[in-house]
Amino acid sequence: MISVRNLSKRFGDLAAVQDISFNVKKGEIFAFLGPNGAGKSTTIKMLTTLLAPSSGSVEIDGLNPAKHPNQVRERIGIVFQDASLDTELTAYENMDFHGVLYHVPKRVRRERIARLLELFGLWERRNHFVKNFSGGMRRRLEIARCLLHTPNIIFLDEPTLGLDPQTRHQLWSQVRLLNQDEQVTVFLTTHYMEEAERVADRIAIIDHGRIIAEGTAAELKSNTASESLEQAFLSLTGSAIREEEASSLDRMRGMAKLFRR
Amino acid sequence: MSCIYILWIRQLTRYVRSRSRMVAALGQPVLYLLALGFGFGPIFQKAGEGSYLQFLAPGVVGMTVLFTSMFTGIELIWDRQFGFLKETMVAPVPRIFIMLGRTLGGATVAVLQGLIVVLVCTMAGFRPTNWALVPVAIGLMVLIGILFTALGTAVASLLSDFQGFQLVMNFLVMPIYFLSGALYPLRHAPPVLEAVARIDPLAYGVDGLRAAFLGTSHFGMLTDFGVLTFGALLFLGLGSYFFYRIQL
Repeated sequence: MISVRNLSKRFGDLAAVQDISFNVKKGEIFAFLGPNGAGKSTTIKMLTTLLAPSSGSVEIDGLNPAKHPNQVRERIGIVFQDASLDTELTAYENMDFHGVLYHVPKRVRRERIARLLELFGLWERRNHFVKNFSGGMRRRLEIARCLLHTPNIIFLDEPTLGLDPQTRHQLWSQVRLLNQDEQVTVFLTTHYMEEAERVADRIAIIDHGRIIAEGTAAELKSNTASESLEQAFLSLTGSAIREEEASSLDRMRGMAKLFRR
Repeated sequence: MSCIYILWIRQLTRYVRSRSRMVAALGQPVLYLLALGFGFGPIFQKAGEGSYLQFLAPGVVGMTVLFTSMFTGIELIWDRQFGFLKETMVAPVPRIFIMLGRTLGGATVAVLQGLIVVLVCTMAGFRPTNWALVPVAIGLMVLIGILFTALGTAVASLLSDFQGFQLVMNFLVMPIYFLSGALYPLRHAPPVLEAVARIDPLAYGVDGLRAAFLGTSHFGMLTDFGVLTFGALLFLGLGSYFFYRIQL
């Protein structure tokens, strides 16, 4: 489903991603782990048509995202780290707009919206404004929404960040159900190691723009003689805290917290 | 095509649902109208120019359309990271459609807001001299709306956070308004101010509105339409270009 060969991305002098290669099979749940600034966001952007690679190749469902962006977009669903819902509209309207943008015909749209909202427990609140939804509900709505056009692959960027354990557990159950029932391939990034361990079939660890380890959770643990994935991760990437500069995005996130829309 | 339509509808829906924002946006124009209109009224009359309220009303309408349009354009800064816009930009929809939908939506909202202000002006005593030309005035408001929503979008496409927003408001939007002749007759203005007004698109907008509502014009109605149409197309092109180049 996803095939990445020698992928690199340079921003001027900075090499954000250096020569990474990995495969994700159809129906697999694949986790991408790494410290801040490792190159996760850059990689995901290159996979989801948002950024063109400097060199190397990417194939999503047989297509090159840089050459055929619109075709790739029709086959993938994306849930960003920052919510991209329209808070002034209702849950139903958010779903409907997505359907129109992804060219889902009207009747099909209506059926699928009903089914998805039902599945994610949001049908009763379908005519409520999203601004009144909790963080967990918004996340569920976003995942429901990204499935509306029946993508083959969904990309989840830190989907459970900031959610309480019950919501996280429920979210992953639903994702896993979808993965099993409809063979939807899932590519996710997360900081929650226990979740990656529990949910993912295979895991790749990225640091400084390179993949430093890849395999199942069990393999990673045995290779580093660790008892938990978190230990394996720390032994591979070191426990030093990363120097980071606040980007404009971080400032915006700060403002978003302030004006909790 | 239906994508442009739903983006347009979305702007409208958001506007119609925010009653409080509608009323709040009326605050400034009403203040200008009442404070300046009635405040300067007597001297304006004394200077032989007639009723200042009549003169000012088209300026205040122009101001409303300007501010509402620019604000929709600037909203982009927020929308693209946290809002629906991000969703539209990863959808299989050409960016130009998104640009058109947003611009038309923003312009429509600005015109609706402008019409409410016209209503408020009539309540304060403003009377168009020729009611048949009101559709022409609406046409002008549409052009002003498109022009400035596109300009707002162009500017917002180049900014990555709100720090630039203050700069834009104070050094772009306010000068455009104050130097457009919305508040004073260009006929008697010092040559420098008159020359500056000539490069201000809003000057032609306000002048056109005055021509439609009051029958008096500094540049001529045809020039006004010409410049506004050209400006709208120019900024649509510019806005589309910068919008196209946004990298999430």
